[in-house]
Amino acid sequence: MRDSRTRSKSRWAAVPLLVFVVIVFGVPMLVLLGGTFTKEGTLSTANLTESLQGAYLTALLGSVKISALVAVLGGVLGTFLAQAVVTSRSRTLREAVLTASGVLANFGGVPLAFAWIATLGNAGVVTTTLGLGGHGWSLYNFWGLTLVYLYFSIPLQVLTVVPALDGLRPQWREAAQNNGASTWQFWRYVGIPVLTPALLGGVVLLFGGAFSAYATAQAMVGSTVPLVTLKIADALTGNVLIGHENVALALSLDMIVVAGLVMAVYLPLQRRSARWLR
Amino acid sequence: MASLTPQVTTQVTPGTVPGAAPAPAPSRPGRPRRPRVWRGVVLALAAVYFLVPLIASFVFTVKVPNQGFSLDAYGQIFSAEGFGGSLLLSLGLGVATIVLVLLLTLPAAVAVRLGAPRLRPVLEVVCTLPLVVPPITFVAGISTVLRWGPDYLASTPFYQTMIAVQNPDFPVVLVLAYVVLALPFAYRSLDAGLGAIDVRTLSEAARNLGASWPHVLLRVIIPNMRSAMASASFLTLALVLGEFTIARLLSFQTFPNWIYRISGSQAQVSVAVSVFSLLITWLLLLALSSAGARQRSGS
Repeated sequence: MRDSRTRSKSRWAAVPLLVFVVIVFGVPMLVLLGGTFTKEGTLSTANLTESLQGAYLTALLGSVKISALVAVLGGVLGTFLAQAVVTSRSRTLREAVLTASGVLANFGGVPLAFAWIATLGNAGVVTTTLGLGGHGWSLYNFWGLTLVYLYFSIPLQVLTVVPALDGLRPQWREAAQNNGASTWQFWRYVGIPVLTPALLGGVVLLFGGAFSAYATAQAMVGSTVPLVTLKIADALTGNVLIGHENVALALSLDMIVVAGLVMAVYLPLQRRSARWLR
Repeated sequence: MASLTPQVTTQVTPGTVPGAAPAPAPSRPGRPRRPRVWRGVVLALAAVYFLVPLIASFVFTVKVPNQGFSLDAYGQIFSAEGFGGSLLLSLGLGVATIVLVLLLTLPAAVAVRLGAPRLRPVLEVVCTLPLVVPPITFVAGISTVLRWGPDYLASTPFYQTMIAVQNPDFPVVLVLAYVVLALPFAYRSLDAGLGAIDVRTLSEAARNLGASWPHVLLRVIIPNMRSAMASASFLTLALVLGEFTIARLLSFQTFPNWIYRISGSQAQVSVAVSVFSLLITWLLLLALSSAGARQRSGS
């Protein structure tokens, strides 16, 4: 009796949070959905069609392209770095790299862009010291942006993968070696399959991070690289034809769908890796 | 376990010449050499990639043409127009967000642990959504609500609310948006903190001794959760101090927006602020991790 009363009472403690999310998060999302499918007061899919054409489509594909590249490169490089840290016996090195990763993974936005502009921009320290300007170097393009995005993506991958690498038990390696497996065979048949969920989960996170990044791109390249976040911001700040304001909402919906599809891969994977790496 | 590993390998391959067998189970003397080279290369490359921008940014801020070394750029930060106001605004927003996010998540996380496990999947989904939905699409929704709201609500009391939340001196709408963005991080760290203590036994013991529920929460659970709450607060503060997308698109002059604005006229100062803000984040995180380590070793 008493227990069930406590139970029903304790449920109320979660109500404020849920109500808050429904109002502050749910209402804007509903309005977004509604706005996408209305044009000049009537129900229509014109906004959605427009958002999947011409410059808007180029921007969406540009965002997907750079995010995929950053996710794969960051995933691979981050895993190598994590493995180097995990296999090293130095505790100091491990602590230092993990703390640094924690800071750098959160080092996004405007300051990140300025740090790189000061380094490799047209008047950057490295650019002028090495005379890169004369060789046609420019930071303000697709590859420059990739280089900058990796700066917070690699540390994020390190943070995601280190626990998984720690979970690879030495016994598994010993067992494989006892059975005559080579290092390559160990990784091919034991290591990689066990790590796959964690690795892919990290890659998905990196994709999401690069896909939704706006501040860095805005501060660094302005609009020279077509990205969907920049297009949405443009449209929201009124830089769009009269009557086409809702294209920003349609583009946002496109983005949510892409991000949602990619994230949908991540959740079941995480559950699977949790089973092995307890 | 580490000491066992080489022994086993030597037993399995007693006859192999060190270094001669390329991949299959190198014996003990050959083993540490190859990975060390590989590891050294990886670590060196990483060090170059991650340290050069930091060093170069610093050099950029202290190098003045025809003058050499000067720390002027850092001095100018504090006298630059708008610095104090925007920093104070961001800090104020950060504190308000931390208070609100803890007030909302802590009771919910405790409830899920104690009496309503069926709510867990609901909360997990709710706290994952902000990660799936990019901030720019969230702000697209918010700005549409703020634009349409006044038209539809003009005759209701909600109208005044809509105006009040957009007060540029303290934009409550940003606090609300930041709470949503901070939810995933706050919920995860609080839930992990609750998992580390035996909430059920603690709260039942307190209840048997006659404590009321608010008393249990304030005097029993919260004191045991200090480090989890500190990490939730830190993550939230870092998020608010660095958030640019929402503040810029709703045109509020927060700290990151100020950095962006002055970059046009004072490039050196804006880079100096960037270096400065990274240093502060670093110090906060170090303080936090050392506090966490102290608590772990204490218990």
